[in-house]
Amino acid sequence: MEDTIKIEDIIKPENIVFEKTSCLTDNVLSYCPGCGHGVAHRITMEVVEEMGIQDQTIGIAPVGCSVLAYDFMNIDMQQAAHGRAPAVATGLKRVYPNKFVFTYQGDGDLAAIGTAETIHACNRGENIVIIFINNGIYGMTGGQMAPTTLPGMKSSTTPYGRNAAMMGHPIKITELVAHLPGTCYVTRQAVHTPGAVRKAKKAIRKAFENQKLNKGLSFVEIVSNCNSGWKMTPVDSNNWMVENMFPYYPMGDIKDE
Amino acid sequence: MAKVRGAVVIDTEKCKGCDLCVVACPTSVLLLAKEVNGKGYNYSYMENPDSCTGCMNCAMVCPDSVITVYRLKPQKSAVEA
Repeated sequence: MEDTIKIEDIIKPENIVFEKTSCLTDNVLSYCPGCGHGVAHRITMEVVEEMGIQDQTIGIAPVGCSVLAYDFMNIDMQQAAHGRAPAVATGLKRVYPNKFVFTYQGDGDLAAIGTAETIHACNRGENIVIIFINNGIYGMTGGQMAPTTLPGMKSSTTPYGRNAAMMGHPIKITELVAHLPGTCYVTRQAVHTPGAVRKAKKAIRKAFENQKLNKGLSFVEIVSNCNSGWKMTPVDSNNWMVENMFPYYPMGDIKDE
Repeated sequence: MAKVRGAVVIDTEKCKGCDLCVVACPTSVLLLAKEVNGKGYNYSYMENPDSCTGCMNCAMVCPDSVITVYRLKPQKSAVEA
């Protein structure tokens, strides 16, 4: 009877439709359970694998939760000082114009200490890809307020919620760099549902294709959760992100030239 | 009606029990185990393996890439049955 297909009959190498990409190492990720960093790592490396550029890609790891990205991505990586990843990427791309260079940065790295490097790299139109993970908090150091923390959002340094009159407003760095003529593709994505993951992967693919065509700087923001910093379960933090982060950080392409 | 059959294999020692795959599964195949793995996490496992269609939703949202998805290619004999 065909009805009684056993699991052993299905689990065969020829039936594989999805497996971990070879561009990720076998190390266990150091991130908290449910963190969006893991998915962002995976889709970035899947794009590298699909384009067949594993030996031509150089990644720049930031400071923050993803500081150990070089342990997980099976490509050439360079670690930069806090916030200086776009500056290091600029140098690498100018020395190796035929390589694919991308930076992988969090919001504390890119939007706080590295604002100058980010904006000037975008303004110069360096031919690199910037992948920006925005979770509205400093996750690694204990959940302090970041420039991207929402008004009223609690963090360890704003226990009563961020007061915009005293602490300023959240910075929309993605909209900011979209105004600069050096950027060719600026988009904001998320990785909380299967559909969103597929869209984010397409955006990263497009960013790498732009680099191949020497079109300028591509900037991909990924709005992510920080369930440890937000003090929620992974599923709750994703729901909170949809309800609170998405109205302030709307999804979609901001610039596409 | 030909039903697409799939199955997933979860690396239970690397699973961190975040529950995202359980929520993402459209056919309620996955569930978190009552037992824990070596790290103390309630790992994910196939509670209703017969319902799996191999849609890859669980693998798409898995932050730790511990899920491998298998899908049986639809065959003629299976369509007739």
